[in-house]
Amino acid sequence: MKDQRDRGNQYFSPRLDQAAPDLFKDNLGSRHRRGSIWKVVFQISTVIGIIALATLILKIFNDTMGYAAIEYKQPPSTLAAGETSLDLMTCDQLWPILAANVSANRLRTIERDTPRESLSQQDCYNLVLYEVAEPKAKQTWSLLASIFNFEEIQAIVDEKYPEGDLEFKVWLNKSFIVSPQSDDPLRAGIKTAILGSLFIIVIVILFSFPIGVAASIYLEEYATQNRFNRIIQTNINNLAGVPSIIYGMLGLAVFVRFLEPITSGTLFGIGDPTTANGRTILSAGLTLSLLILPVVIINGQEAIRAVPNSLRQASYGMGASKWQTVWSHVLPNALPGILTGTILAVSRAFGETAPLVVVGAATFITFSPENIFSKFTSVPIQIYQWTARPQDAFQNIAAAAIIVLLILLLVLNATAVLLRNRYSRRW
Amino acid sequence: MNLSIHLDTTVNHAVVQEIEDDNLVPAIEAISLNVYYADFLAVREVDIAIQKQKITALIGPSGCGKSTVLRAFNRMNDLIPVARTEGEVLFHGQNIYSQGVDPVEVRKRIGMVFQKPNPFPKSIYDNIAWGARINGFQGKKSQMDDLVEQTLLGAALWDEVKDKLQDSGLSLSGGQQQRLCIARTIAVRPDIILMDEPCSALDPISTLKIEELMRDLSDDYTIIIVTHNMQQAARVSDFTAFFTLTEDRAGVLMEYGNTTDLFTNPKQQVTEDYITGRFG
Repeated sequence: MKDQRDRGNQYFSPRLDQAAPDLFKDNLGSRHRRGSIWKVVFQISTVIGIIALATLILKIFNDTMGYAAIEYKQPPSTLAAGETSLDLMTCDQLWPILAANVSANRLRTIERDTPRESLSQQDCYNLVLYEVAEPKAKQTWSLLASIFNFEEIQAIVDEKYPEGDLEFKVWLNKSFIVSPQSDDPLRAGIKTAILGSLFIIVIVILFSFPIGVAASIYLEEYATQNRFNRIIQTNINNLAGVPSIIYGMLGLAVFVRFLEPITSGTLFGIGDPTTANGRTILSAGLTLSLLILPVVIINGQEAIRAVPNSLRQASYGMGASKWQTVWSHVLPNALPGILTGTILAVSRAFGETAPLVVVGAATFITFSPENIFSKFTSVPIQIYQWTARPQDAFQNIAAAAIIVLLILLLVLNATAVLLRNRYSRRW
Repeated sequence: MNLSIHLDTTVNHAVVQEIEDDNLVPAIEAISLNVYYADFLAVREVDIAIQKQKITALIGPSGCGKSTVLRAFNRMNDLIPVARTEGEVLFHGQNIYSQGVDPVEVRKRIGMVFQKPNPFPKSIYDNIAWGARINGFQGKKSQMDDLVEQTLLGAALWDEVKDKLQDSGLSLSGGQQQRLCIARTIAVRPDIILMDEPCSALDPISTLKIEELMRDLSDDYTIIIVTHNMQQAARVSDFTAFFTLTEDRAGVLMEYGNTTDLFTNPKQQVTEDYITGRFG
């Protein structure tokens, strides 16, 4: 403290000290010190956040690839009979192997479902692989374990699965993206879930965006300040914080049960009788729309409030009506904010699981949804279901599905940023 | 005609200044105008008749209600939820506050220019054309082009912007922006233009240009200007109204008359104190 003061006095005459020696204490040193301490606190907080995020991503990536002990009913090497490996053979070479190893009935069924002429080499290979070789993933290891403990893994496989092969598997691959759900983790894919999620999101956008924006315009530009409107405003703010499972209960009661004829499509005569119980994409989409509606409204209000009042005044001052003012000035200038808020809310809906469980997402569907009255599953539901399975390999494909979900969310959020930059103006 | 100014008797001042001029016709007239913000009386018992095709300056210390009076002339105070207006404002013999008068129509006939230049974040062309469009302009594209050109010529801005009509109005300098705001106001062809401290955010050169423009415009339009700058009021206006505060902070009209008379020979001590810079 003392030398700080002396240092200061080297350059400047001590005016404060002279004027009121008792009223001011020289605290420059402690002020700087306090500032440095807080700066370190902020840095530590940031580092903790980064570590948490990195751990999450590392953990997920760690599970998406690694060694797997796979046992075959008939190993591919014996099937190929020493000629070459199965995945390099042509369809013409593969077909006899298939024909020789499945029953005549099964072969007829395969030929009826997938005529041989329409099959690519990859399809033929998959047919032989899954119909004849029938691989089973017995145990899987994470990427880090695969890299650092290879010998140990080798020993375990030799001891426990003498018949099995040790293969390095990348669980997040093309066939994982384009395959439907299956109860075999080696064949299971995320296609049905992605399609279900996309269907739901389209419905969410179609419902929550227009309704939310219209409501926020009304509340900001038209509603007068009275008790009734204040109550509405408070309720909207509170609804934004209601746990999503509650919305699931609401969706179950209203859309699945009460509005069943509409949500199952029987009213329009296009519903599938097997799903005609209201547990459809439409019900899920409407439930999630309700869930994010308060958030969309609040974001819309914020964006509208951020439009400078001088623009409204200028517009009114020229004899514009309220609607002309809103349409020509308020909305165009609030649009970037409204879009950003809506997309962020939509990405929240994209990752929601709990309400969909209540509304009745199917956890096991092998066919893609055809229309909004179809049964559905979604990516988070699929992840939830896979992580609940005891087998090792399901944990790996759950991790792969998480990566897919994160990428889809990233794309949505990037769209939000792009829209904001594209339309943002200054005034 | 005789123009009589009645001051509120409750403040124990009474000045009646008589303006003798047969050419004067009132364009808009406030009678016993009271404006409240919630329970607060901001403007008390203002009686003022604004003369047609003249420039009237409203001056006075901060908080004396001159802007409130100005905004009362085209019902801009309606946009403030707590504001309440009593009394009458006669425009073409019609009280603009009576039942059935549409404030949108009032504001179309009585335009307004604001303190901070606030062009729309649109092109210069659209800044002018928008007002015409919303007020029912039915002409062809070429007629709209003419209207924009004539309006910008009228606002002494055409030469500076004719090559960049599609640029944003916000790309102009502050003074040009303010002239653009005046231009878009006259594009709607109002009777009266209200200006709320139009030069307070501008440099002296831009201010001078706006003042010149106001003199030109006063051939066709009635202009009411609120200003803090007394030299500006003296330079530009034909009539000046001096407002001040009473003890309960309500604004009152203290003195109103010919600008030259008011500045050279004020009738009220408080007016003299203000214009000589002793307070305010």
